[in-house]
Amino acid sequence: MARITAGIGSSHVPAIGAAVDGGRMAHPDWAPIFAGYEWTRNWVAEQKPDVIILVYNDHASTFSLDVVPTFALGCADSFAPADEGWGPRRVPVVHGHSKLAWHIATCVVLDEFDITIMNEMNVDHGLTVPLSLVLGQPSEWPVKVIPLAVNVIQYPTPTANRCFRLGEAIARAVKSYPEDLNVQVWGTGGMSHQLSGERAGLINRELDTRFLDRLTADPDTLRTMSHEEYVREAGSEGMELIMWLTMRGALGPRIRELYRFYHVPASNTAVGNVVFTPED
Amino acid sequence: MTSAAFADIPGTYVFTGERAIEGRHLNRFCMSLMSAVNRARFKLDERAYLDEWAMSESQKQAVMQRDFKSLLEQGGNIFFVLKIAAVDGRPTQSVAASFAGQSAEEYAAMMRSGGRNPAGLRSISGRF
Repeated sequence: MARITAGIGSSHVPAIGAAVDGGRMAHPDWAPIFAGYEWTRNWVAEQKPDVIILVYNDHASTFSLDVVPTFALGCADSFAPADEGWGPRRVPVVHGHSKLAWHIATCVVLDEFDITIMNEMNVDHGLTVPLSLVLGQPSEWPVKVIPLAVNVIQYPTPTANRCFRLGEAIARAVKSYPEDLNVQVWGTGGMSHQLSGERAGLINRELDTRFLDRLTADPDTLRTMSHEEYVREAGSEGMELIMWLTMRGALGPRIRELYRFYHVPASNTAVGNVVFTPED
Repeated sequence: MTSAAFADIPGTYVFTGERAIEGRHLNRFCMSLMSAVNRARFKLDERAYLDEWAMSESQKQAVMQRDFKSLLEQGGNIFFVLKIAAVDGRPTQSVAASFAGQSAEEYAAMMRSGGRNPAGLRSISGRF
């Protein structure tokens, strides 16, 4: 049977991808971030997951405003890095797991989560930057990836609770998949940041710390936080944190935090990385 | 939740349906800049290229003046209007700095020292 063995939370700041691709990883602005991810990089290399379900958002790369799916699941065999306006990132093509993705799509729709099925899509920095941070710079990604794109840029975005409950439904789906697979769920985006308006550059270390603490100890308070509170406290783009709750929801009621890293800044953003395992 | 709740957060543009209606053609124009051919046409004659889109004159002026605050006030979505900056080869951080009236250097220094503290920037009405 397929098993969800771990959850990882990670920021997906585009400038980190540019630092990797431009060979600036040793620069003082970036070196602390790559050092902070070293533990996670080593741990995931030991764990050798077969599949990562990667919750992220697209930033006007694959999805224009013509069609705005709330949740879109990548069911294709492969996903090419998107051209975000200056050429695609020079990272390997992402290989999907169509059979597991279709199984999840079928289960969650019957479970009343009416997601969008994507048979063709490119993936932008929201997906590829966490892969670079945790898997480094291999010539091929050593794991299959099922992208789950969440709309967080066109209001109404899903509630935090809806994201959490979708994670629970994904866990039920994975557990009913007959093949023996080691599956991780990654929630990405955040942490606090705001790119526009007079609050541009907002960082709320206190909120970020509380968010990380509560993921383990008290996720219910994060599920019931309103959109207004996420935007007010974490910034307009800090709303991305709701995607970490899908990862949290997939791990079951009790979890153990194995690792935490927090750093300010990466360009405009607070960077967070956590590693969780489910407790039986 | 209504857009009124967001309106109490100072200097913050949540991209609601109302903004999507106002910015529909502005954001479509921005998305068109994902194509290298369109970027070249825009650079060659900005005014002529903008006139192909059903945007308001005020939106076109804001594009030509690279007035990003005005673009957001007129329905631009941040991730879409940033494509105009990408055409110019201008980093996101420089656009972010411009919203708060800071130079790119001032803004970068603020970020390195922990970012902008939200104290006093949570609520116009003083509720938070």
